[in-house]
Amino acid sequence: MILDGKCPTGPIEKTWDKHRFDMKLVNPANKRKYKILVVGTGLAGGAAAASLGELGYNVEAFCYQDSPRRAHSIAAQGGINAAKNYPNDGDSIYRLFYDTIKGGDFRAREADVWRLAQVSNNIIDQCVAQGVPFARDYAGYLDNRSFGGAQVSRTFYARGQTGQQLLLGAYSALARQIKAGTVKMFPRTEMLDLVVVDGEAKGITVRDMVTGEIRTHVGDAVVLCTGGYVNVFYLSTNAMGCSVTAAWKAHRKGAFFANPCYTQIHPTCIPQHGDKQSKLTLMSESLRNDGRCWVPKNKGDKRAPGEVPEEERDYYLERKYPSFGNLAPRDIASRAAKEQCDDDRGVGPGGRGVYLDFAASIKRLGEDTIRERYGNLFEMYEKITDENAYKVPMRIYPAPHYSMGGLWVDYNCESNVPGLFVLGEANFSVHGANRLGASALMQGLADGYFVIPYTIANYLAKTAPGKVKADNPECKKSVEDVNNNLKKLMSINGKKTVSEFHRELGKIMWENVGMARSEQSCKEALKKIPEIREEFWKNVKVAGSGAEFNQQLENANRVADFLEFAELLTRDALYRNESCGGHFRVEHQMPDGEAKRDDEKFCHAAAWEFKGVNAEPELHIEPLKFENVHLAIRSYK
Amino acid sequence: MSHDKTMTLTLHVWRQKGPKEPGKFETYEAKEVSPDQSFLEMLDEVNEDLIKAGKDPIAFDHDCREGICGMCSQVINGAPHGGMERTTVCQLHMRMFKDGDTIYIEPWRARAFPIVKDLVVDRGALDKIIQAGGYTSAHTGGVADGNAILVPKEVADYAMDAAECIGCGACVAGCPNGSAMLFTSAKVSQLAVLPQGEAEAARRVCAMTEELKAQGFGNCTNHYECQASCPKGIDVKFIAKLNREYLKALCK
Amino acid sequence: MQLLTSSVGRKVLMAITGQLMVLFVIIHMLGNSSIFIPGGINAYAEHLHALPPLVWGFRLVMLVAVAIHILFGVQLSLENRAANAETYAVKNLKRATLGSQSMLYTGLLLLAFIGYHLLQFTIRVTPDIVAGVDAQGRFDVFAMVTNSFSHGIIAFVYIAAMVVLFLHLSHGIQSFFQTMGWNNNKTLPVIGKIGTVAAVVLLLGYASIPLFIVSGILKG
Ligand SMILES: Cc1cc2nc3c(=O)[nH]c(=O)nc-3n(C[C@H](O)[C@H](O)[C@H](O)COP(=O)(O)OP(=O)(O)OC[C@H]3O[C@@H](n4cnc5c(N)ncnc54)[C@H](O)[C@@H]3O)c2cc1C
Ligand code: HEM
Ligand code: SF4
Ligand code: FES
Repeated sequence: MILDGKCPTGPIEKTWDKHRFDMKLVNPANKRKYKILVVGTGLAGGAAAASLGELGYNVEAFCYQDSPRRAHSIAAQGGINAAKNYPNDGDSIYRLFYDTIKGGDFRAREADVWRLAQVSNNIIDQCVAQGVPFARDYAGYLDNRSFGGAQVSRTFYARGQTGQQLLLGAYSALARQIKAGTVKMFPRTEMLDLVVVDGEAKGITVRDMVTGEIRTHVGDAVVLCTGGYVNVFYLSTNAMGCSVTAAWKAHRKGAFFANPCYTQIHPTCIPQHGDKQSKLTLMSESLRNDGRCWVPKNKGDKRAPGEVPEEERDYYLERKYPSFGNLAPRDIASRAAKEQCDDDRGVGPGGRGVYLDFAASIKRLGEDTIRERYGNLFEMYEKITDENAYKVPMRIYPAPHYSMGGLWVDYNCESNVPGLFVLGEANFSVHGANRLGASALMQGLADGYFVIPYTIANYLAKTAPGKVKADNPECKKSVEDVNNNLKKLMSINGKKTVSEFHRELGKIMWENVGMARSEQSCKEALKKIPEIREEFWKNVKVAGSGAEFNQQLENANRVADFLEFAELLTRDALYRNESCGGHFRVEHQMPDGEAKRDDEKFCHAAAWEFKGVNAEPELHIEPLKFENVHLAIRSYK
Repeated sequence: MSHDKTMTLTLHVWRQKGPKEPGKFETYEAKEVSPDQSFLEMLDEVNEDLIKAGKDPIAFDHDCREGICGMCSQVINGAPHGGMERTTVCQLHMRMFKDGDTIYIEPWRARAFPIVKDLVVDRGALDKIIQAGGYTSAHTGGVADGNAILVPKEVADYAMDAAECIGCGACVAGCPNGSAMLFTSAKVSQLAVLPQGEAEAARRVCAMTEELKAQGFGNCTNHYECQASCPKGIDVKFIAKLNREYLKALCK
Repeated sequence: MQLLTSSVGRKVLMAITGQLMVLFVIIHMLGNSSIFIPGGINAYAEHLHALPPLVWGFRLVMLVAVAIHILFGVQLSLENRAANAETYAVKNLKRATLGSQSMLYTGLLLLAFIGYHLLQFTIRVTPDIVAGVDAQGRFDVFAMVTNSFSHGIIAFVYIAAMVVLFLHLSHGIQSFFQTMGWNNNKTLPVIGKIGTVAAVVLLLGYASIPLFIVSGILKG
């Protein structure tokens, strides 16, 4: 099937305004009759629930943490983009639009990206009004800094905790609505199924994580804002609880999953210290401005860094990319590091790391300058590794960080299942095959504050409120299915723990479908994943009971979904026989190692339809048209 | 860098099935602990062993494991978050312990934080305090340009110092009075100094302190244990600021 | 009304009344020190009682202050205890002090002491009291005090009470500034030190009297 993104036509700069006018509205007096279920209260969900509640809808919001303030959006450090052009350096909505399309390696829909750029400015205003303490200059004006992939300074920030401050802003707006009674909040409540009645999304089945109760909430529309899925790699920069579960359950109920193979690997993370590690920590990319990447020239060189003489060091980025050097783009830097380690020249425990050396910069600029620029990062590094990076070079290694793929949605952020909307990292819409820094926060808030309030009305206006009641047979069936699934997990009582399976899956994914993929590695993974999945359902051990607070059960359920999803991700990676952005097929590269797209065959979004666990999914295609930015080779030279 | 030596530790962990059940300490041995492991990773391993032995693993809250979400919450040897300055439990590393050490691990204890299970407590009372007024009543859309009202750097920095609070509740856990004054004061102060929040400052401080009491938190008697427990080093100067705002509000 | 019910309101009332009492103990100490000047204390007492409305007005204010202070002190302390019923198996307090932790106890001890003190030197009904007049025909406060404090046990009670007062004020004085909101991260440590010094001065000032008497340095 050829999918229609339902983009408005006409001059791009008018599309969103025109579309807003064309959409239907819900009468203010009728709004409270509509119940909207918002799953996830990160930037996307928190902003959506607060805004919809304020408009007068009857909102129920859900998250798995004990408070909406803890969604993983909180961990974002760097900043948020907007086309304000406050520094007068030539920024504009058009430029932000252009940079995002190009950054995404021409795999995103133009109209969606335009809208994102257009509302980016409103986001900053909104956050300021909420009391977000953005960095300011002495005169009191908002401060900006520059970020990867852009030649202008358009990133707004709040120290190294921008995500935290933005989330707390959304959370406070949400708190106001909870107090006002328009939003009912259900923390520690995990969505385990989507209820679809007559082809439309009308409810969700959840597990109360404290009591273990399984119940269905019905509503007139469902909004999924459940974040990304890179925990499929086990070790990532995501929080421990981040999962694909909500999206996957929706997928199983008919929602198409688009471009799952688009994952972003961040080059500067603290390397793994041992096999008992549970997650990886990101270090801001800005470090590469003053650090030099190197590994020993000789294989298996185990000497301490200080003992490796200058001529025996390989500054591989400077060698391979003389013009860009240590500032090579994210994906290139990540892959180069992996190559060195695969070549047995990696450093640190397990040989999975490269040096990021500040010695030259310290010599040139002095330790104080470096401390001023990166003091907090050096401190964090020391906390984790017990090493003083002013004295010995840092060790870094790439780590899975962000998922550009997600549930397929049209221009209205509505999936192919009517009534199911998907926002934030959970959808596939604006970042194409690669996300630029400081753009994910922007997208989450754009979707939540400024897109969904309009587009959901267009759907609701066409449907009568309260169509589905809690006693609908679909609800009962959904509760039963969830119960059976959990019971099955509890009853296996095998020998291996959930983490062991997750780790095993992660290893396969990282090695075969991680930074570099090939036909062979994907096929290898496609062989192994079903095997682990099968073993999982025979040999997993989950302690305790389902009718209580049970973190093992929660994990088991999430890993079970990853075990199914991993296969789809791999299949998509195998299908996409080109390299683009974060998806790198070793068969397709430029002489300098840049990703080589195949616009003839793959200038489209690949959306997969679920056909059963061990059955092949069906592929649907949404062709991408580039009318405002011309398809070109992405180059940062 | 990597230490090759591993440690063996004795853990006394608070186990409690549910809010109404009696709790008690259980003793476990953590073996082959690497100094590079984080505290939570050490507990992960203990749990793996418990699961394999068919026993109920220790329940504890955690999520980001980067010290920012505020989910992790354990009192280690009497100190919330383990007592290392500006460090959450999830960022605590085992190198601060020695081979053979005995470690007591307890949940946050305060009336306003009922125990859910083992080391997991219900901190919903903190959300209630924010709901009482920890916001500006800005509507979505229809707000002024971000630069329309200037906020001098000093003010923005002061607000940010307060806004760094991660809502973990360690201040309550560490407070001999079970008071959430540091948490409350951080939000009150952040919004009171910013022009965007000033208009509602009086109403906010009254509503939030009322809610603090209604939720069963104690009163501040200036022990300053909160600041010593806080993983973000939130300063008790914000409590003074809250008191000031409160008196101002009463005068109005 | 919020002043009487809310968390911060009641604290503020406690702080103000406590501070009133601090002012009182400072003045009282200065007055008492006249005992070291021959005939001083008798003259001081006589001047004081020459103005009954002033004395009674002052007593009334102090009574109200003490009442408010005790009422809220006990109430807040009980609330705080309820808010933190379960204690940790291992205690590890970092900034709380002996003074800050024992406010209710030291406060109640002070109450008991105040009662005893009033019965003794104000109402003069305790058995140790010698009531006479001095050479100028004034009530002989000096003789009364030196006689009473020459009993080791009474001197000890007074000195102990002053240690209790010291503990209470070592926390209370700096706490007052924080409660009133007159504090920030720079002033806090300074005020903390000033509070401690003031508490020490009061301790020395008061305890010196029974100490000098019982040790025989100051003789009746
Ligand atoms: C370390 C790090 C640094 C980053 N830095 C930046 C940056 O500087 N700039 C930038 O723009 N982006 C950054 N990003 C990316 C950005 O933070 C995220 O993409 C974005 O915040 C995602 O927001 P979200 O609302 O879509 O999802 P999240 O914030 O992940 O929220 C997901 C929500 O869904 C809920 N949920 C999930 N599953 C379920 C379920 N089954 N049932 C119920 N609830 C569920 C969760 O409880 C949560 O509330 C960073 C990401 C990481 C990991
Ligand atoms: C009469 C019996 C007394 C009782 C029962 C009592 C009890 C208390 C209690 C429970 C507190 C609160 C603890 C705290 O806030 O940390 C307190 C604070 C205080 N007390 Fe007393 N006290 C008594 C007498 C006194 C006296 C005689 C003085 C002064 C000389 C005094 C001065 C103060 C001060 C300054 C505070 C600090 C108020 C603040 O925290 O801002 N008290 N008292
Ligand atoms: S003030 Fe500190 S200890 Fe208290 S909730 Fe905030 S971060 Fe945690
Ligand atoms: S787990 Fe997020 S702060 Fe510790």
